[in-house]
Amino acid sequence: MQTKKIINNGDDAVDEMLDGILLAHGDTLRASEASGRAIIARHGPREGKVGLVIGGGSGHEPTFVGFVGQGLADAAAIGNVFASPPPDPALACVQEVSGGAGVLFMYGNYAGDVMNFDMAAEMAAMDDIEVRTVLTTDDVASAPRDQAEKRRGVAGNFFIFKAAGAAADEMMSLDDVERVARHANARTYTMGVALSPCSLPQTRRWNFDLPEGEMEIGMGIHGEPGIERGPIKPADEIVDEMMDRILDEMGAASGDRVAVLVNGLGATPLMELYIMNRRVQARLGEAGLETHATWVGNYCTSLEMAGASVTVMHLDDELQRLIDRPCHCAMFRVV
Amino acid sequence: MTGDDIKAMLLAVADAMDAARDELCALDGEIGDADHGIAMSGGFGAVRTALSGMDGGTPTEVFNAAAKSFLNAVGASSGPLYATAFMRAGAAVKGSEVLSDADAPALVEAMAEGISHRGKAEPGDKTMLDAWAPAAEAARAAAGQPAAEVFAAAATAAEKGAEATSQMQAKLGRAARLGARSLGHRDPGAVSAAMMLRAMTAAL
Repeated sequence: MQTKKIINNGDDAVDEMLDGILLAHGDTLRASEASGRAIIARHGPREGKVGLVIGGGSGHEPTFVGFVGQGLADAAAIGNVFASPPPDPALACVQEVSGGAGVLFMYGNYAGDVMNFDMAAEMAAMDDIEVRTVLTTDDVASAPRDQAEKRRGVAGNFFIFKAAGAAADEMMSLDDVERVARHANARTYTMGVALSPCSLPQTRRWNFDLPEGEMEIGMGIHGEPGIERGPIKPADEIVDEMMDRILDEMGAASGDRVAVLVNGLGATPLMELYIMNRRVQARLGEAGLETHATWVGNYCTSLEMAGASVTVMHLDDELQRLIDRPCHCAMFRVV
Repeated sequence: MTGDDIKAMLLAVADAMDAARDELCALDGEIGDADHGIAMSGGFGAVRTALSGMDGGTPTEVFNAAAKSFLNAVGASSGPLYATAFMRAGAAVKGSEVLSDADAPALVEAMAEGISHRGKAEPGDKTMLDAWAPAAEAARAAAGQPAAEVFAAAATAAEKGAEATSQMQAKLGRAARLGARSLGHRDPGAVSAAMMLRAMTAAL
């Protein structure tokens, strides 16, 4: 039995989605002439500014393409569903956004992405464009703390890209944008929970098994197994498990400020995300933390997976300023 | 082996990957994200298109065209790995219009080296290298025999290697996050590597 999707040919899903995105958001986005899978911000890239190029597999919209725009990423390299883009679109992004101050690649820590973006960076070096890389590793469930560099990048990309994009928009040097990106990544913590599997447009079959009535805490955004599977629990208990881990990792002092993202994975209604947020805020309050800003919605999805993630960014003055800086992207704005 | 023979081998792989698409996706679904069959079938579909529109060509040119088309169609992990494998194979026989039986081991070894170099995996990490490394060893041991025998030996070794991955715990790639839960499942990249060598053998 094939899963139900509103698509035409599954092999065309990514390109047809991009067509629709460009028709909707042509005021902010355009495709590179060198590669239709390189989506460039119409406003943003400029002489003397560090270029920020993000990217990864499709199926996580609005991540990555929705965060391209003035004040955030200058371009995104778009892969097939759940698959890294090849080097060509990433290289096209570099060539389009390079303003002479260097380019920063930022993407989630996955083996395929690393190989393809590294190849693109090597090719860019042949054009005398300096490209550096900061991998996002915010998923605290994906590896133990002493192996934090092995963790996956998930919904926390939202905050990490935002901070780095704002730093580049402030015309910081490549050194400083890289420093901010690493700092933002080190202070961003995400935990997810999945309630149902998802299916790829090309196969239209469930890509992992998660029976009715069960949930999996810590599951990755491509269905990578998490840390605990069991019967579905009330929202407050699920959030408590996530927040226990996040608060422990964060080690914040009373009075510290945070930014919060309660993110839907695709099929979970806003009602449930707001119910989760209620408990997230209660736990932050109990810990003496002040929430500076909160976003609730679908920011990093996994096709039609049901579930959610909670991301907390531990702010300091610099990160707070960068998160607050206005940006104008196709699917995300700060005014 | 001429450039046309290399084309025939790669086209045979394309057919084999189309036939195995759902099987490879299902294998990947057990320990990964269920898209390996899509990547291999889509990648070799692009190779088929590129080679079908290619007039003549030396073995090196055929391998380079395959590398470029595979890489740009796929990305993912398999894109850079097989692109590097094919480029290394092309480089190994650079300057030759017609390959002899003596070149066959070098082709398999070059592909294995390319995958090892790009992926930085070690044998036993439960990756496609666990099929390619024994394949290269078997091809080296079969040196002096006809090319079809060399590839057959490599394919058999790759099949055994792929089978053995079910006893390995993944250390790289998405399955690495599974730890011990990856035991008992074959690595889909190793399985498709064995299928590839078997299809190449059948085309010779």
